[in-house]
Amino acid sequence: MATAETVKMINLKINGFPVSAPAGSTILEAARSIGIEIPTLCYLKEINEIGACRICMVEVKGARSLVTACVFPVAENMEVFTNTEKVRRSRKLTLELILSTHDKNCLSCVRSGTCELQQLCKEFGVDDPDYYAGGNVHYAFDDSAAHMVRDNNKCILCRRCVAACDMQCISVIGANARGFDTHISSAFDKDLADVSCISCGQCIVNCPTGAIVEKDESAAVLKAINDPTKFTVVHTAPSIRVTLGEAFGYKIGTNVQGQMVAALRRLGFDKVFDTDFGADLTIMEEAHEFLDRVQNGGVLPMITSCSPGWVKYCEHYYPDLLPHLSTCKSPQQMQGAIIKTYYAQKLNLDPKDIFVVGIMPCTAKKFENKRDDQHAVDDLPDVDVSLTTRELARMIDSAGVYFRDLPEEEFDNPLADGTGAAVIFGATGGVMEAALRTAVETLTGEALQNLDFQEVRGTEGIKEASYNVAGMEVKVAVASGTKNAKILMDKLARGEADYHFIEIMGCPGGCVNGGGQPIQHAVVRNFHDLRAMRAASLYDADRNLPVRKSHESPAMKLIYKDFLGEPGSHLAHELLHTSYVARPKYK
Amino acid sequence: MVKKISKIPFEGTPEQAQQLGAVIAQYKHDPSQLMTVMQKAQVIYGYLPYEVQVMIADGMDLPLERVYGVSTFYAQFALSPAGKYSISVCLGTACYVKGAQGILDRITELLGIAPGGCTEDGLFSLDACRCIGACGLAPVMMINDEVYGNLAPDQVAPILEKYRKTA
Repeated sequence: MATAETVKMINLKINGFPVSAPAGSTILEAARSIGIEIPTLCYLKEINEIGACRICMVEVKGARSLVTACVFPVAENMEVFTNTEKVRRSRKLTLELILSTHDKNCLSCVRSGTCELQQLCKEFGVDDPDYYAGGNVHYAFDDSAAHMVRDNNKCILCRRCVAACDMQCISVIGANARGFDTHISSAFDKDLADVSCISCGQCIVNCPTGAIVEKDESAAVLKAINDPTKFTVVHTAPSIRVTLGEAFGYKIGTNVQGQMVAALRRLGFDKVFDTDFGADLTIMEEAHEFLDRVQNGGVLPMITSCSPGWVKYCEHYYPDLLPHLSTCKSPQQMQGAIIKTYYAQKLNLDPKDIFVVGIMPCTAKKFENKRDDQHAVDDLPDVDVSLTTRELARMIDSAGVYFRDLPEEEFDNPLADGTGAAVIFGATGGVMEAALRTAVETLTGEALQNLDFQEVRGTEGIKEASYNVAGMEVKVAVASGTKNAKILMDKLARGEADYHFIEIMGCPGGCVNGGGQPIQHAVVRNFHDLRAMRAASLYDADRNLPVRKSHESPAMKLIYKDFLGEPGSHLAHELLHTSYVARPKYK
Repeated sequence: MVKKISKIPFEGTPEQAQQLGAVIAQYKHDPSQLMTVMQKAQVIYGYLPYEVQVMIADGMDLPLERVYGVSTFYAQFALSPAGKYSISVCLGTACYVKGAQGILDRITELLGIAPGGCTEDGLFSLDACRCIGACGLAPVMMINDEVYGNLAPDQVAPILEKYRKTA
């Protein structure tokens, strides 16, 4: 790492204030360091530095014209002005021009209130949105995919979605045609359902407007809640408790588990469960499967299968490596399967009358719950509807539930009581750590002295570690973001990966940074590490839980004793395991 | 302008596939040579239909969307095959002020294809071009190598009919 001595500092003035910034910094970064926020639309740090939208224009003394602060490097003795009349006029003009081709249907737009364009228009006093009204191209919606809707009429061509898709090494959307006809679409303007989109939703969380949104399925949930013949059960993924609060103005990473449970009860769900139960169950099955593969010469390395975006990626891009995937269903699906079997029997309910809703950080979960290999009971889906954190926040708002005033409540039993191992599923490395806690104790037969596997924690894209377990060297790797998964998979395909166990999560940083999480504007994303801030809160929760190992969970002991028998039993295989299919890249 | 994507079934020969394969083999280690490969592919096939773009994307290990994006950005790439008779109407300044748009509109109306398109029988393809250097004859169109000048919209139908008869 460079030290203060080796980095040359550049001295400049911004709005008359002296600033010292490392050489190579942009005006945007230097301004930020003294608390001046220059607005941006297209800029995403490190992945979309293209200076295209012209909102970040600033005045530089002596320069012929305004310059783009997001890409313009600082220079010695430079004098920058970020808030002059000329700058403000330029920004307003740019906004008016963007609005000339924008579908300004703000009243019903799902992004109203979280739209970056709307906020800037307000800040810069755009009082006539039709100032440059003229001819427009009308685009059809693309709602072909299970998880999202693209509406190019609201697109401002900032290309942040394209950068996000490229960052994931998927690149199924891009800018096509040119000039006035430029639009974002897939190759040959195919529907998203017909290309190798993995449903990760990173384009959605990075879109500044309502041009890309999750497919809202809350209406079906409300209908079930209001149907007296339906018994509605909801369960919430590990990461939701540390992200939902952001939608109600809480600091990033605030754990709002108690209020979240209270809100779900007030929405009218009959039971509120914790997907941590499903996560613990996943560990029981996955650790067993791993040990079985190690002891009986199964396919190694074994790769986790909790992240449906990653699973879909593997099916499209590395179909030959599918035998490496664990056959375990994801926690969402395991939880659903248990609700429609064990829990239905316990309550003497017909599984057909149970409506299961998963609250997930993830848009790919909307694809997962509709897969045809996820039915524990006949042809009933294990999970009827999968909602993102954002859809839940909107349901809470529209139901008139004032989240900030809610008391803290506890999850319902018996499908709750998640362990610390389960709660860290929401962060990259968490599934690996949870599995190691159980696998190591099972192999050695001794209690672990230290439950923290620090080597697999943190937000780096790829982490590797090696543990000596009962005389055996266990090599593990953890990757998050499909770009990093690709690196590991290429290594594996070349026969150069001698790992035993690999954890992969489709989104960079894992579920805490999933495509279904609350929207944070680019100005926040660019200067705060959401992944680390949200994950830290999960590790805090883990540290404070009475039980931190899945196999010591009373709920696990009960379900295996009462119902499943042993991990990997015939019944467990029938209900909790699945299969995969090779999918083509293009249809 | 949004390019017209041909609905005419792709008919590539094994020889063409082999030629394209050789081009890709030469350039596949350098993604910046994508346009070179696309240009050569267009020479081989005459245009860049879906099937050819998939061959390029898979061969160069690039996303298909990248290839498509380039093919729809640059005017030089065609997504429709050229017809037996390739019509190009000059929309350069001189031709335009002398009413070339009316000529183009009439052809579009008669053939049922927009610029960039090809009739389903493969007979005519239509393009708009910029100044072919015959401003004195404006408005001008070319059909293959034949130049037609001082045109009026009503002259278009008989000219097309002449080609249809000789086809």
